Amino acid sequence: MTAALAIDRLEVVFDRFRALKGVSLEVQPGESFGLVGESGSGKSTLLRAIAGLAPVTSGGIAVDGRTLGRGRDKAFYRQVQMVFQDPYGSLHPRQTVDRLLQEPLAIHGVADGERRIQRALDEVGLGNGFRFRYAHQLSGGQRQRVAIARALILEPSILLLDEPTSALDASVQAEVLNLLEEVRRRRKLTFLMVSHDLAVITHMCERLMVMQNGEAVENLAASDLVERKVTKDYTRNLLKASEGFVRA
Amino acid sequence: MSTLLDVEDLRVTYPTRTGVIEAVRGVSFQLGRERLGIVGESGSGKSQTGRAIMGLTPPQAQVSAKKLAFDGIDLMAASPRERRALRGNRIAMILQDPKYSLDPVMSIGRQIVETLRAHERVSKAEARERALAMLEAVQIRDPARVFDLHPHEVSGGMGQRAMIAMMLIAGPELMIADEPTSALDVTVQLDVLKILDKLVAERGMGLIFISHDLRLVSSFCDRVIVMYAGKVVEQIKASELRNAQHPYTLGLLDCMPRIDADRHPLPVLDRKPEWAA
Repeated sequence: MTAALAIDRLEVVFDRFRALKGVSLEVQPGESFGLVGESGSGKSTLLRAIAGLAPVTSGGIAVDGRTLGRGRDKAFYRQVQMVFQDPYGSLHPRQTVDRLLQEPLAIHGVADGERRIQRALDEVGLGNGFRFRYAHQLSGGQRQRVAIARALILEPSILLLDEPTSALDASVQAEVLNLLEEVRRRRKLTFLMVSHDLAVITHMCERLMVMQNGEAVENLAASDLVERKVTKDYTRNLLKASEGFVRA
Repeated sequence: MSTLLDVEDLRVTYPTRTGVIEAVRGVSFQLGRERLGIVGESGSGKSQTGRAIMGLTPPQAQVSAKKLAFDGIDLMAASPRERRALRGNRIAMILQDPKYSLDPVMSIGRQIVETLRAHERVSKAEARERALAMLEAVQIRDPARVFDLHPHEVSGGMGQRAMIAMMLIAGPELMIADEPTSALDVTVQLDVLKILDKLVAERGMGLIFISHDLRLVSSFCDRVIVMYAGKVVEQIKASELRNAQHPYTLGLLDCMPRIDADRHPLPVLDRKPEWAA
């Protein structure tokens, strides 16, 4: 079986700073794969490099067995879409939801826009009432739903999720995570998801990679984390930190 | 237990073109020298409560209360000048994100010294000494170097420690921490909490810890107030959180993913209109 997404010794260098130091991973079709680490560990850079938003210095990225070159063509973006962390920054403030959702359709010359917008909005649980609102008229959770609808409207097979819930309240986070799981099941999507929250990643993903300083620390199955079967101190610290504050 | 802060029927309202928005609707609580957590979602009025106590409510908003007293001082009747003397001196506030709450064009040391000299008459040399000692107290390894750095040159965790140092230097009796660790990495979060915990305990301060993370707050505070739509829906001892009664509190506790529980889909809050009544 060809991997949906194969990363081979990927290097990303900004000026002289090596943000990614030869990271490799494979995500199978329909799988949900998580990346965990602290700020500066390179997890978001990896996602951005796949989407063509960060400069790849060396190494290879292959989607469904096809190796990507420097540029990304339209076919790539029909297949791979990204959801960003901050729903306050990732939606155009002067465009209505309708206009936001038309943009990808116009770029890709999709004909049945009307039906797709309806479907995407229904799918993320927003309905038609939200169609002609502006981003500032929506709550954080509703905005992230719009961002997910925008990613889904081209019917991609792979979603890159960069901390999709870390700007949201805990209660809203649960709603958005449930939504993501549901669309994944319905559309048989492949997820590559970044989060600094181990609990979120174990909840959402079958396998995960722990990253630190642009390198892979270890690869784990979600079940390993549940059984605390980790080998590296760094992961152990993350696990401990996720359990909350303990007074000494 | 002596009462440090007494809040009774606190209300904050914002007049807008489309009518009055009631951000805080009759909040009452008392605080001694203890750690009190205020938990709620965005828009529940938890930050507005903190800001009203601090006296940082914007001028267009209206604050009213039957009683708002800090150490016997009636804050509702205090002049702006008196409030200003309290602010930063006896009542201090830590904000969420050091990227925005520190002055970007002033070195960290100068900002700390500025706070100190705004409230006490001390020489420049002594102020510097005390700022360095404070930076050391928040476990910054090389205080002399960090003293001269600007906020953009330090990490989020370091910036937040500098913020705590700045807030503690005048020796406040009440500290309001508004989401002090939400912008930080999980591991750094715990370091910062440890520092805060130690300093609060050593100095016998009262602490109001505002956060949306009920689990974090309950592991850190003695007592928790849960707010919904501008009202207090439940007050409970952190140690008895398991026996919480209100469905909103239970929902908040339950909705977070846990590493050792396989729950698909996650339980979500089923908001009832009567909670807001």
